[in-house]
Amino acid sequence: MTDLETFRSETRAWLEANCPAEMRAPMRGENDICWGGRNWQFQSDAQRRWLQAMAARGWTVPDWPSDYGGGGLSPAEAKVLKEEMAATGARPPLTSFGISMLGPALLKYGSEEQKRRFLPEIARGEIRWCQGYSEPGAGSDLAGLQTKAEDRGDHWLVNGQKVWTSYADEADWIFCLVRTSSESKHGGISFLLFEMASPGVSTKPILLISGNSPFCETFFDDVKVPKDQVVGEVNRGWDVAKYLLGHEREMISGMGLGGQGSLGAAVAPVADPLLRAEIAAFDVDSLAFAAMSEQFLDELKAGAAHPAMPSLMKYAGTELNKRRHELVMAAGGSDTLEWDSERSGGGKAAREWLRTKANSIEGGTSEIQLGIVAKHILGLPGA
Amino acid sequence: MSALLTDDQRMLVDSVAAFMADEGAIARQLRHWRDSGCKDGFGHALWKQFAELGLTGILIPEPQGGAGLGQAEAGLVLEEIGRNLTPSPFLTTAVVAVRALDGSVQAERWFPGIAAGDTVAALAIDEGSSHDPAATALRAERQGNGFVLDGAKQFVVHGASADVILVAARTGGSPGEHDGITLFAVERGAAGLEVENVTLADSSKAARLTFARMAVDGDAVVGEVDGGWAPLSRALAAGRAGAAAELTGVAAGASAMTLDYLKQRKQFGRLIGEFQALQHRAAHLYGEIKIARAAARKAARLLDSGAAEAELMVAVAKAKAGSAARLAVQEGVQMHGGIGMTDEHDIGLYMKRQAVLDELFGGPRFHAAEVARLSGY
Repeated sequence: MTDLETFRSETRAWLEANCPAEMRAPMRGENDICWGGRNWQFQSDAQRRWLQAMAARGWTVPDWPSDYGGGGLSPAEAKVLKEEMAATGARPPLTSFGISMLGPALLKYGSEEQKRRFLPEIARGEIRWCQGYSEPGAGSDLAGLQTKAEDRGDHWLVNGQKVWTSYADEADWIFCLVRTSSESKHGGISFLLFEMASPGVSTKPILLISGNSPFCETFFDDVKVPKDQVVGEVNRGWDVAKYLLGHEREMISGMGLGGQGSLGAAVAPVADPLLRAEIAAFDVDSLAFAAMSEQFLDELKAGAAHPAMPSLMKYAGTELNKRRHELVMAAGGSDTLEWDSERSGGGKAAREWLRTKANSIEGGTSEIQLGIVAKHILGLPGA
Repeated sequence: MSALLTDDQRMLVDSVAAFMADEGAIARQLRHWRDSGCKDGFGHALWKQFAELGLTGILIPEPQGGAGLGQAEAGLVLEEIGRNLTPSPFLTTAVVAVRALDGSVQAERWFPGIAAGDTVAALAIDEGSSHDPAATALRAERQGNGFVLDGAKQFVVHGASADVILVAARTGGSPGEHDGITLFAVERGAAGLEVENVTLADSSKAARLTFARMAVDGDAVVGEVDGGWAPLSRALAAGRAGAAAELTGVAAGASAMTLDYLKQRKQFGRLIGEFQALQHRAAHLYGEIKIARAAARKAARLLDSGAAEAELMVAVAKAKAGSAARLAVQEGVQMHGGIGMTDEHDIGLYMKRQAVLDELFGGPRFHAAEVARLSGY
């Protein structure tokens, strides 16, 4: 048996022994996602035990170095773990912006002290992070941000406002883009970490068309931040920000897949032949996109992916996800328009459909992604 | 099973890409044979060169004189064929016929000629203007040790040039059923076989065949009598995956030509590639082609590994590659403007090739219906 085969059989046995039965049932909605952090309330004892068991092995972040709380697995081993978790039906033990966005940026740009301080608690799900990127005047034009951090000798003094801060009201810490110099647009931005409990930080939820509110407005009023909480160099935060955005786009493009399987099988039977044909055409595109995603992940692991590929994956995945939910609504007809009935699960289908409309706006709009592909992959001219 | 190419596959791509771009180039092959009114629509000398490179026997097992490679490698060759619109019987002969004959007694008869680049093969399956193999109605009645074939076929690619034609006929059952179909290997010049050679829109040739009480020996049967669905579906899966690969090559060739044009054509004092309306469409198209290629390569890998999902992925690949390539040639002609409508420019040749390959072995709607059927709805 090769080492990898041994790893596979041991992993399978461990998952069989340690993954609670409740954690093998498909997720039913938002509440089944474990986000971690100080404010987190476990939905069940099984959810808590599953996180602890996985975190103890570093398997919440299997490919991070074990010195920082990771599993220290090779890309091939991490892939085996993923496959075996899928085979067991095991839910992800922890979902967090710390894992999918900040962690990779810290691994690349953080100081040794920052890595040792922040990464293990991200891996264990002890600290929940939110992202302070967008501002009311700077959405797609991200580098137009105005939130200011002044150097006050022994600390930074932060003033300004962020918007679309997902789960800011639940988060313990924020990773935040601030302006530390006005001399150049991209060259005067720094990447700052601070606690949401700091005096001067306040949040206000934004109610969305789906009737839910994962997003917040976030205000900073004379917030004092210790000097050692800048990631990378002062005024060079744009590099960190772009690197992190690549990871955010990968995460969002994953929504286009989600192991959702055949749409036609999920909504069958569909009597209307025209709708059935649209659904079959969607399934073709969806299965083809899944093949592309597998290839993209293999390229990422081999270090062979073009740096602008996450933009393409994000664009294609989110447009597909919007189309899926349009078809779910069409197949469900008036049943799916009920907003509050028990029968409709409190308007589950409609709320999810509306939520997907943000996919092609958040993390950089579809138009921004296409522009990036046109310029950085296809080499088309112009600013 | 990684989606990345192996070192051996990269080397194959490098050598085949150079060969097709040079020997197989549009001016040298497609335009040359088209404008000289060639009966075959391709050059036999080039087919011989394919053999010298080991390409004609790419799927033939090593003990039988081939390279013993897989669908994945055949697909990589087809991507380069598509990119250069290189006319050849590679898909019908080296891929479809080899897969149909593989493991049968007929293999010994035909593999040496195929490996040597001397033999051309064709598959006669469609009877109406739409692909529907289960609907096979051409009758084959037993007569003595052999059979008598009665009926007609169309869209038989390279049918008039073929040394051997694999014909799907009904020995039992009814149209619509898989059982009762038998596959026959009919040799060139058989008495009672009438061949009308037809030039298609892309200048390739596809015959209409009429079988008028044409007699064949019992040993012309490929596989089992009434059990032709097995070799036929093997051949069709290979042909569909192969056509999908070629379509992704057609799409890539057309889009490369279009991108070059966007970077050099000026209008309103600017390069047209600076216009956001065109940039976004070009980027969307790039994504569609990447996705189609990933699907086609995955289908090929699954066929090689004998995976159960191969059939579903082949249908996905053929449908997706057809749609992506259709978009590529339509955007190609549109973005070229008036020059794209001229015969002198190559972009229109891509549009015509896409249309033929898209229809071959079933178009996007046929395969979307297959995806629905295989997914249980």
